[in-house]
Amino acid sequence: MTHWVILPVLLPLIGGLLQLLARGFGLPAQRVLGLFLAGGLVASGIKILTLAQTGDTLVYNLGNWPAPFGIVLALDRLAAMMVLLTSVLALGALGYSNVMRIDEKGSHFHVLFQLQLFGLNGAFLTGDVFNLFVFFEVLLLASYGLLLHGSGAGRTRAGLHYVVINLIGSTLFLFAVGALYGAVGTLNIADMAQKVAAAPAARSGLIAAAGLLLLVVFALKAAMFPLYLWLPQAYANTSAPVAAFFAIMTKVGVYAIIRVHGTVFGELAGDLAWVHMPWVLAGGLVTLVLAALGVMAARGLREQVAYLVLASVATLLVAVGLNRPEALAAGLYYLLHSTLLAGAFFLLADLIRRSRGAASDRFDRVARMQGGRWLGIGYFFAAVALAGLPPMSGFIGKIMILDAALAHPWRWIVLACTLTASLLILVALVRSGSFLFFRPQEMASEENVPLGESPKKPALWIIGSMLLTAPILVLSAGELMKFTDVSATQLQNVPKYIEAVLENPLTGEER
Amino acid sequence: MNLLNYALPVAALLPFFGAAVVASSARFHRAAPAWCSALAAFSALLVLIPAMSGVFAGETLIQSWSWVPSVGLEFAFRLDGLSLLFTLMILVIGLLVTLYAGYYLSAEDSKARFFSCLLLFMGSMLGVVLSENLLLLLVFWELTALSSFMLISFWQHREDARHGARMALAVTGMGGLALLGGVLLLGQIVGSYNLTEVLAAGDIIRSHEWYLPTLVLILVGVFTKSAQFPFHFWLPHAMAAPTPVSAYLHSATMVKAGIFLLARFFPALSGTSEWLWIVSTAGMLTLLLGAFVALFQHDLKGLLAYSTISHLGLITLLFGLGTPLAAVAALFHIINHATFKASLFMVAGIIDHETGSRDMRKLNGLMKYMPHTSVLAIIAASAMAGVPLLNGFLSKEMFFDQTVVASGASSWALAIPVLATLGAIFSVAYSLRFIHDVFFNGDPIDLPRVPHAPPLYMRLPVDLLVIVCLGVGMLPALTVGPLLAAAVKATIQGQAPDYSLAIWHGLNVPLLMSFVALLGGITVYVFRARLFAWNDRHLVRIDARVPYNAVLRALIQVATAITRRFDRGSLQHTLAWTMGPAGLVAVAGFVSMDSPLFGNRTLMDFDPVALIAFGGLMLSSVLTVVMHRKRMVSLILLGVVGLLVSLGFAKFSAPDLALTQLSVEIVTVVLLMLALFFLPQHTSGVSSRWRHIRDAIWAVGLGTGATLLTLAVLTRDLSPISDYFVENSVSGGGGTNVVNVILVDFRGFDTLGEIVVLSIAGLGIFALLRNIHLHASLTDMEGRAWSTDSHPVILQTLSRLLFPLMLLFAAFVFLRGHNLPGGGFIAGLVAALAIVLQYLGNGIQWTSARIRTDMHRVIAAGLFFAIATGLVSIVLKFPFLTSTFTYLKWPVVGKFEVASAMIFDLGVFLVVVGATVMILVELGKFNLLQATKPGKHTKGDD
Repeated sequence: MTHWVILPVLLPLIGGLLQLLARGFGLPAQRVLGLFLAGGLVASGIKILTLAQTGDTLVYNLGNWPAPFGIVLALDRLAAMMVLLTSVLALGALGYSNVMRIDEKGSHFHVLFQLQLFGLNGAFLTGDVFNLFVFFEVLLLASYGLLLHGSGAGRTRAGLHYVVINLIGSTLFLFAVGALYGAVGTLNIADMAQKVAAAPAARSGLIAAAGLLLLVVFALKAAMFPLYLWLPQAYANTSAPVAAFFAIMTKVGVYAIIRVHGTVFGELAGDLAWVHMPWVLAGGLVTLVLAALGVMAARGLREQVAYLVLASVATLLVAVGLNRPEALAAGLYYLLHSTLLAGAFFLLADLIRRSRGAASDRFDRVARMQGGRWLGIGYFFAAVALAGLPPMSGFIGKIMILDAALAHPWRWIVLACTLTASLLILVALVRSGSFLFFRPQEMASEENVPLGESPKKPALWIIGSMLLTAPILVLSAGELMKFTDVSATQLQNVPKYIEAVLENPLTGEER
Repeated sequence: MNLLNYALPVAALLPFFGAAVVASSARFHRAAPAWCSALAAFSALLVLIPAMSGVFAGETLIQSWSWVPSVGLEFAFRLDGLSLLFTLMILVIGLLVTLYAGYYLSAEDSKARFFSCLLLFMGSMLGVVLSENLLLLLVFWELTALSSFMLISFWQHREDARHGARMALAVTGMGGLALLGGVLLLGQIVGSYNLTEVLAAGDIIRSHEWYLPTLVLILVGVFTKSAQFPFHFWLPHAMAAPTPVSAYLHSATMVKAGIFLLARFFPALSGTSEWLWIVSTAGMLTLLLGAFVALFQHDLKGLLAYSTISHLGLITLLFGLGTPLAAVAALFHIINHATFKASLFMVAGIIDHETGSRDMRKLNGLMKYMPHTSVLAIIAASAMAGVPLLNGFLSKEMFFDQTVVASGASSWALAIPVLATLGAIFSVAYSLRFIHDVFFNGDPIDLPRVPHAPPLYMRLPVDLLVIVCLGVGMLPALTVGPLLAAAVKATIQGQAPDYSLAIWHGLNVPLLMSFVALLGGITVYVFRARLFAWNDRHLVRIDARVPYNAVLRALIQVATAITRRFDRGSLQHTLAWTMGPAGLVAVAGFVSMDSPLFGNRTLMDFDPVALIAFGGLMLSSVLTVVMHRKRMVSLILLGVVGLLVSLGFAKFSAPDLALTQLSVEIVTVVLLMLALFFLPQHTSGVSSRWRHIRDAIWAVGLGTGATLLTLAVLTRDLSPISDYFVENSVSGGGGTNVVNVILVDFRGFDTLGEIVVLSIAGLGIFALLRNIHLHASLTDMEGRAWSTDSHPVILQTLSRLLFPLMLLFAAFVFLRGHNLPGGGFIAGLVAALAIVLQYLGNGIQWTSARIRTDMHRVIAAGLFFAIATGLVSIVLKFPFLTSTFTYLKWPVVGKFEVASAMIFDLGVFLVVVGATVMILVELGKFNLLQATKPGKHTKGDD
C-alpha cells in the first residue's frame, strides 16, 4: 500500500494547519507558503498520475481497516487527473490573488484556500459515500468562507443564497445516503455496487429513489437544471481568484455522478442500471440552452462568464448522459479545457473590470480601459476557447462529444441544442467583446481618459499562461484522448474496481 | 527526410507563422509588415511549386499525420486540381493585395495588426482548400470567419465596421456550426472524415436516410459563407472593411470558400433532385437579386458587393444544375470572377483613396484625371458584363449553354435560360453604370479632394489582373486551360467531360442570349432614371440591418425574459426549484421500479411513553412555526424539540447521541440568542393567505415525503456492516464503546474531516464578522433601553462556581469515552459551554482578561494532535490513522487501557472547544462592539 495516494489529501490539510500557524508572520509569509504548498500539490498530482497510469486502481485503507468497514481512498486515472487539474487551477488562482493582494480583504484566506483543496482532493479520492459527504461538507464550509471573502452587499446576498441552498443539499445528501444504507447496508461505493447488483427486486424502488435523490445532490453541486440558480450571482459577485478556483466546484458534482452513480448504477445493477442517465442527459441539455440564453442576457462580464461556466458544465453533463465510453472520454477532455479556461476567463474579467474604473464590468456603460490591447487579445483568446471555436480546445472537445452523440437515439435533439447554444454564445461574446474593446475607440478625445487601474504585468502573465493551456490541449489532443479513453474504459470496468477495493491486502499481520 | 513530404502543411501554416512575425515587425520599419507578409505568401507559393507538376498531371497529393485517432481527426492535407486552383487564387491575389494595401493604408492605421490579420486569414483559407480531413477543414473554416471578423472590423472606431463585422461573424458563424453538424453526419455515414473516402462514397451518402439533413446542414454552411439568398445580406455590410480586405475577401477567397465546398462535395452530394432544387433555386434567386439591387447602389463598393452576390449565385446555380459541363463552367467562372472582381475592388479603392469619395453621384469624368486606371477599370467592368474577347464572356457563354441544356428537362425549366438572360441584362446595366457614371458623365461634384492618378504600386496589381482578364479572354486554352483541366478532374472525380475553350462556338442560342443581354443592359441603363425613381419610392428603405437587428433584439429580449424569470434572485424560488426536483425524482424512482413502497418487517409495539414524547415533539415543532413572530418563545420551543429528540436517542439506546444532541442543543440556543439581537424586533409585512396555503402545501408534502422514505427504509430488514464494528470494537479498537471506537478509529478519517469542518466554521465566522456591519437597536420595541443589569449577581456567582465542576465533568466524559458513553466531542462541547457560561455570566471584558488563550491556537493544537496521530502511523509504515492500544497497570487506578486513538480524540476535544468558543465569543464581542458604538451604526449590508 503506497502512501502516495493520501498525499494530495494530507498536504493541503497540513498546509491549512501551517497557514493557521503562519498567521503570526503576516500575509507575505502566507503567500509564499501558499505557493509552495500549491506547487507541492502539483508535484504530488503528477506523481499519482504516473501511479494511476499503470491501470490498476490503487486502494488505501485508512486506519488499516478492511473495506467495506473502514474508509478507503481509491486512486484511478480519473481521480488522479482531477487532483492534478485542481492543483494546477489552484496554483493559478493563488498566484493571481497574491499578485492582486486579494487576501488583504479579509481574514483566513490562505487557511480556507488550503482546506478547500483538502475537501476537493478528498472528494476525488474517497471510495466511500459517507466520507464523500464529509468531504463535501469540508469543501462547502471552506467555500462559504472563500465566497464571502472580502465584502459587499451583492456578495453577501449571493453568498447567503449559496449557503442556504447548500445546507439543503447537505440535508438531502444525508437522506439519500441514509436511504441507500437502509436499503443495502453499506457505505463503501464498491461494496454498494455489489449489494445493489444483488438486491432483491422488492428493494429496487427504494434504491432507485435513493439513488436519484443522491443525483439531485450531485446535480445541485454540478449546477444542473433546475438546480443551478445559486451559481450565476454567487460566481459573478465573489472575488476573482475564488470564482476562478470555483470553476472546479461544479466539476466535483459531475465527478461524483461519474464515480458514484457510474459505479453503483453501472452495468452490474440489472434493472437499476443507468437509472440516472436520462435525467443527466435531459438536465444537461436544458441547462445548456438556458445557460446560452443567460450568456446573452448577462448584464456584466463576470455574470457572462458565470453563465459560460454553466454552459460548459452542461456540455459535460451531456457527455456523461450520453452513456457511451467515447462520449465520456470526450467529456473528460472537455472537462480539462473548460475548467482551466473558465478559471482564466474569471481572472481576466477581473482585470477588465478594474481597468474600466467606475464602469466596472457592466455592459451599459462605455469606458476606456487601461492596457486594453493585452486585455483585448486575452479576451479574444478566452472567448474563442469558451465559445468552442477552433483552433482552441473547446472545439475539439465539442466535436468529439457530438461525434459520440450521433450514435445516441437522442442525436437530433443533442445536435440541435448544442449547435444552437454555441451560436447564441458566439453572438453574445462577439457583442460584448465589441462593446468592451471596440466601442470606446469612438469616444471623443476629451472623454478619452481611462479611469481604471492598469493591469499588473504578473497578473497578465498568470492569465496568459492559463490561456496557453488551450493551444496545448489542442496540440496534445491525441495523447490526452488516449488517456481519457483508457480512463473511461477503466471507469466502465466496475468488477475490477470492486475487486481492487474489497480485496486490497492490509498492512502487517495483526488484523 | 524529404522536405517535400511536408510541403502542404508547411504552406498552410507559413502564413500563421508569418502573422506572428508581422505582429512584431512594425517596430523595425514602417513598411516591414507589408514586406514580411508578402514574403510569407511568396514562400508558401514557392513551397508548393515542386508539387504542382504532379497535380497538373492529374495526381492527388496527400500528406497526413495522426492527431486524434479516436475521433478520426487527422492532420491531413490534400493537393489536387481543385485545391491547386484555389491555392493559386489565394496566394497570387493575396500577394497583389498585400502590395496594394501597403500603399492604401494611412499612417494612423496599424499595419502590423492589418497584415497579421490578413496573413491569419490567408493561412485559414489555404487550410480550408488544402485539408484532406474534414474536421481539419472545419477548424480552418471557422478560422476564416474569425480572422475575417478582425479584418472587417479593422477600423474599430467606426460603428458600421463593427456592425458589419459582427453581422458577418454571426451569419457565417451560424453557417459554420451547421456545417459542423453536416460534416459530423457525413463522417458517421461514411465512417471516415477523410475526403478520399467521403468522395468515393457518393452512392452510400445519397441513399442514406440522413442524406437530407446532411445536405441541408452543409448547404447552410455553404450559403452563409458564399452569401447566397437568404443569407446574402451580410456581404454588403462587410464593405465597411478597408478596400484591400474587400478586394481579397469578396473576390477570390472568403466568399469563394462556400463555392469551394460546393465543388469539393460535388461528387459526394450532387446528383439528387434535392441537390438540384435547393442549390439551383438558391443560386438563381441570388443571381437575380444581386444583379438587380447592384444597379441601384450609389456606393462603388456597394455595387461591387451586390455584383459579387450575383456572380456567386451564378456559380452556385451552375453547380446546382449538377451536370459535369455545368461544373466546368462554374470552375471557369470562379477564376474569371476572381480576376475581374479583385481588380475592380482595387480600382474602387484607388478612386476612394485619390478622391475621398465612393459615391457615384459625385464621381464623374475621372477619365480626365486618371486615364490609365480608368482604362483598366473599363476593361475589368466589361469582363464583368460579359463583353466578348474578355474572360467573363467565355464563362458566361458556357453558363448560358448550360441553362439551355437544363431547359430541356420540363416546360418549367424553360424559365431557367430566360431568367439567366434577365440576370445578365442587369449585370450589363450595372457594369455600364460603373463605367459611364464614374469615368465619363460630366465633371466631378463636390469631391473632398482633387482627383489625381494613384501611385504606381497601387496600380500595378490592377495592371496584372487586367492582363489576366485579357489573356484568358483571348487565348483561354493556352493560359487557363491546364489549370482548369486539373480542377475539373479533381472536382468531378471521374472522367472529365469534353469541353472546348474556344472563343467562337458559332452562331448559337448562348450567343444570342449574350446579345440580348448586352442590348437589354444598354436599354435598361438608358432608361435608368425611371427605374431609380421607382427604386427610391419602394426599395431603397429596405436595409438588412433593420430585420437583422430586430431578430437579434428579439432574441436578446427572449433570453433576458427567460433568464430573469427563472433566475430571479429569490431564495424561496430557488428553494422550491431544489426541493421540488428532489421530491419528483424520489417519486419517479419508486414509480419506475415495480416494487412495494414498504417492506414487511415486524414493527415494534406502541409504547405510551414514546407516544407522549412524540406527541410533544410534534406539538413543539408546530408551535415553533406558529409562534415564529415571537422569536424568543419560538426559540425556546425549538430548544424543546431538541431536548425531546435527545430523549428519543436515550430511549433507543444511543446514549452518546443523546449526550451530543443535548450539548449541541444548548450551544445552538445560546448562539441563536446572540443572533436575535440583530434581527428586527418586529416582523413587518404579513404574507398573503395564498402564500400561507402554498407554503403549507410544500411543508406537508415534503414532510410526508420524508416520512414515507423513512418508513420505506425502516419497514425493511437490514443486514448492515455495523455488526463488524461490534465484533471488532474491543479486539481491534481497544474500546467497549462502539460508537466512540467508530468515531476515532474505524471511521476516524470521517471525524478528522468533521473537525476540519468545525474549524472552518469557527474561522469562517471569525472572518465574516470582522468584515460586516450590522444595525442593532439599543432599545426594545417600545423604546425602552435594555436592562442595565446585564450580569446578574446570582448568575455571576453560580457560573464561577460551576466552572471547575464543568471542566472536571468534561475531563471525566473524555476519559471514559473509549469504553462508556462519552468521548472527545461531547467533552469538548461541555468544556466549551463552561467557558461560554463565564462570558455570559461575567461579561466579555472580565472573562477575556482571565481566559487569554487565543482560540485560533486551540483549534490549531487540536488539528495538530489529530493529524499527528495519523502521521505517526505513517512513520511506523502503517496507513494513516492506524491505531494501536495497550493495557497499563497503575497503582490505585488498576489496569486500564490506553489507545493511540485517545490522542486523536484529544484533537477532537480541542477543536470542538476552540471552534465553539470562538463562534460564540466572536458573536458576543460583536454585540458588545455594536452596542458600545451607538453613533457609528451603519445600515446593514443585508
